[in-house]
Amino acid sequence: MELLQAIFNNGTAMRAPAPPGELSLPDLEEGGQGVIERLDLPEEAAHRLMALGLLPGARVRAGRCAPGGDPRIYHVDGAQIALRRETAAHLKLRSPAADDAL
Amino acid sequence: MSRRECDSCPLAAPPADGHPRKARVFAIIGPPNSGKSTLFNRLTGLRQKVANYPGVTVEQRVGKVRLARDHEATIIDLPGIYSLTPCSEDERVAQRVLTGRMPGLPRPDAVVLVLDSNSLSRHLMAAAPVLALGLPALVVLNMADELRSRGGQVDVAALSEHLGAPVALISAARGEGLQAVYDFLQGRLPLGSPRIDRALLNDIPRCRQWALHLGDRAWQPPAPPVWTQRLDGLFLHPVLGPLIFLGVVVAVFQSIFLCARPMMDALQAALNFSGQLVAQAMPHPALRSLVADGVWRGVGSVLVFLPQILLLFLFMGILEDSGYLARAALIADRTMARVGLQGKSFIPLISAYACAVPAVLATRTIENRRDRIATILISPLMTCSARLPVYTLIIAAFLPERPLLGPLLGTRAAALLGLYVLGFLAAIATAGLLKSSVLKSERTPFVLEMPPYRWPTLRSLGLLLVDRAKIFLRRAGTIILAVTVLLWGLAALPLREGRRPPIQQSYAAALGHALEPVIRPLGFDWKIGVGLISSLAAREVIVSTLGALNGMEADAASPELQQALRRELTPASALALLIFFAFAMQCISTMAVVRRETGGWKWPLIQFVYLELLAYAAAFAAYRLASLWL
Repeated sequence: MELLQAIFNNGTAMRAPAPPGELSLPDLEEGGQGVIERLDLPEEAAHRLMALGLLPGARVRAGRCAPGGDPRIYHVDGAQIALRRETAAHLKLRSPAADDAL
Repeated sequence: MSRRECDSCPLAAPPADGHPRKARVFAIIGPPNSGKSTLFNRLTGLRQKVANYPGVTVEQRVGKVRLARDHEATIIDLPGIYSLTPCSEDERVAQRVLTGRMPGLPRPDAVVLVLDSNSLSRHLMAAAPVLALGLPALVVLNMADELRSRGGQVDVAALSEHLGAPVALISAARGEGLQAVYDFLQGRLPLGSPRIDRALLNDIPRCRQWALHLGDRAWQPPAPPVWTQRLDGLFLHPVLGPLIFLGVVVAVFQSIFLCARPMMDALQAALNFSGQLVAQAMPHPALRSLVADGVWRGVGSVLVFLPQILLLFLFMGILEDSGYLARAALIADRTMARVGLQGKSFIPLISAYACAVPAVLATRTIENRRDRIATILISPLMTCSARLPVYTLIIAAFLPERPLLGPLLGTRAAALLGLYVLGFLAAIATAGLLKSSVLKSERTPFVLEMPPYRWPTLRSLGLLLVDRAKIFLRRAGTIILAVTVLLWGLAALPLREGRRPPIQQSYAAALGHALEPVIRPLGFDWKIGVGLISSLAAREVIVSTLGALNGMEADAASPELQQALRRELTPASALALLIFFAFAMQCISTMAVVRRETGGWKWPLIQFVYLELLAYAAAFAAYRLASLWL
């Protein structure tokens, strides 16, 4: 999983090293769901995504992707929003345990 | 968005406040894909125009709606926005208009807020900041027909109560429920007082809480759009998807060339005929020449592209309104990302193969300003159809036809293909250069909302075409007219005994001679110099200019002209001329439209200088190298 994480985050400037095992949006397979924990993005970019419904607490389902796997469509709140992997990697997911407790 | 501005807003004032005043001004605002523009089109019809404001590149339309006899209202169509945090240019423009800080526009008296009734709880997030501004507002829940057919429901009365503003459930595409909108525009609806906590304004998480809560109370979401899911299964299929995408691109490309051809020929014939008629009516030979050779031929050479441009926009309109364009951008994104661009740049660049002018207009779908400018700057490098006559003439004059790959590919076709590839490679290299230097993006994330598939309406397609035709014709009628008259003046003056001089004695020839030292290193003489100057009006004009300089009526297929060219150019300088045309921005129309779209002369000038230098350097290198071999 750490290897996977390293590949996904390749080339994207992380502000803080992610705790090991933390999942982000690209870890979801098609049809997989998760709840957003936080957005590791500069304020302006984060605002833009949050206004579209991608904000902490929102449940996201991974949808279809472009040929080659990138970008991918994410379903949130009845909308379909396509994100590149480099962007989606900054959207961290709640750990499944915390998610179940919700 | 400060409190001060709200204090002065005419919230409590009744709509028609006694004394006669100018038409009241309304702003239509809402999230993207809420059907905002459909409502705007429905209300204003043909009585709308694109408004341009200094430094603003976001398209903005202003229209008039007739309410009663002698009574009309002005409507401003604002860009689609999700919030009023001034993050994107769209949001900044919307905010400036709504707070009355847009120079040249009055502050709107009231707002028509359009939301998609099928995505209500999400769209309500955009409603909060707009309502919090305190302007009188009508909340329009659009696409009621779709909500019904997908089994959703909305409690209009409860929503109105909670929002503190009148709410209307309509379908702008079908014209359903519009009476409430007209009533609001006439000030016949009770206004209520907005009950939005101003703390919600910039606090998106709280805004969402509020919207979700309100949505839960007053709205029953519709079933997911089945057809959209089915079609996505097809259009985004790992194998079929790209094939369909290629099919669509080829079909658009082909029809621009093939279907437009008969229309262009007919238009050309009509222009020639009318030009002769008008010329015959002119008393003086010089005046006759000005009208026939200057105005008619010059403007005509641009006008013939109108069918091609309209056809392209028809396809673009269908692709965009149906929702496929977003899928196409998704599919193309990965490839475009390699050169630092994005999926939405793909379609404009493809259309630049027909003509850079509609391509530049088509970049309006790219929200990221830097990506948009990069796309605009490289679009003239795609081989447009105006280069074709030039290429054909020179290749036919200098390259004997021999089979290369059996009957499939001959030398001439290969040379032509090579020039297309050359332009494409230069475009990619330039894009990479731009995006790693001046236009380095501040890493704005690529975000693309996939709208549900919908049938495009004839009304909005028709209005789109009228709009684009108007822009194009206005340009042909102003800057292009002026330039062609100027170029005619160069070629037809000074008069000798009241007649047009032989072109060798014209100002153009003098200018060509003056230019000769500069272009001599490329192997060009003064005649080519005159051709280069005249081709600024439109690239293919060089063919008729060279014809005139050699004393013949010429088209690209004329053997006499080919012979004359062989006397004038060495094979090496012919190659240099081809390469020069592959890169140079010999097109006043493109410059004019880039100026319009980027809101100033800065980018068109940078583009012109860059492309001319590139063309000069490449032609020089080609001439030197080829001189060694040929």
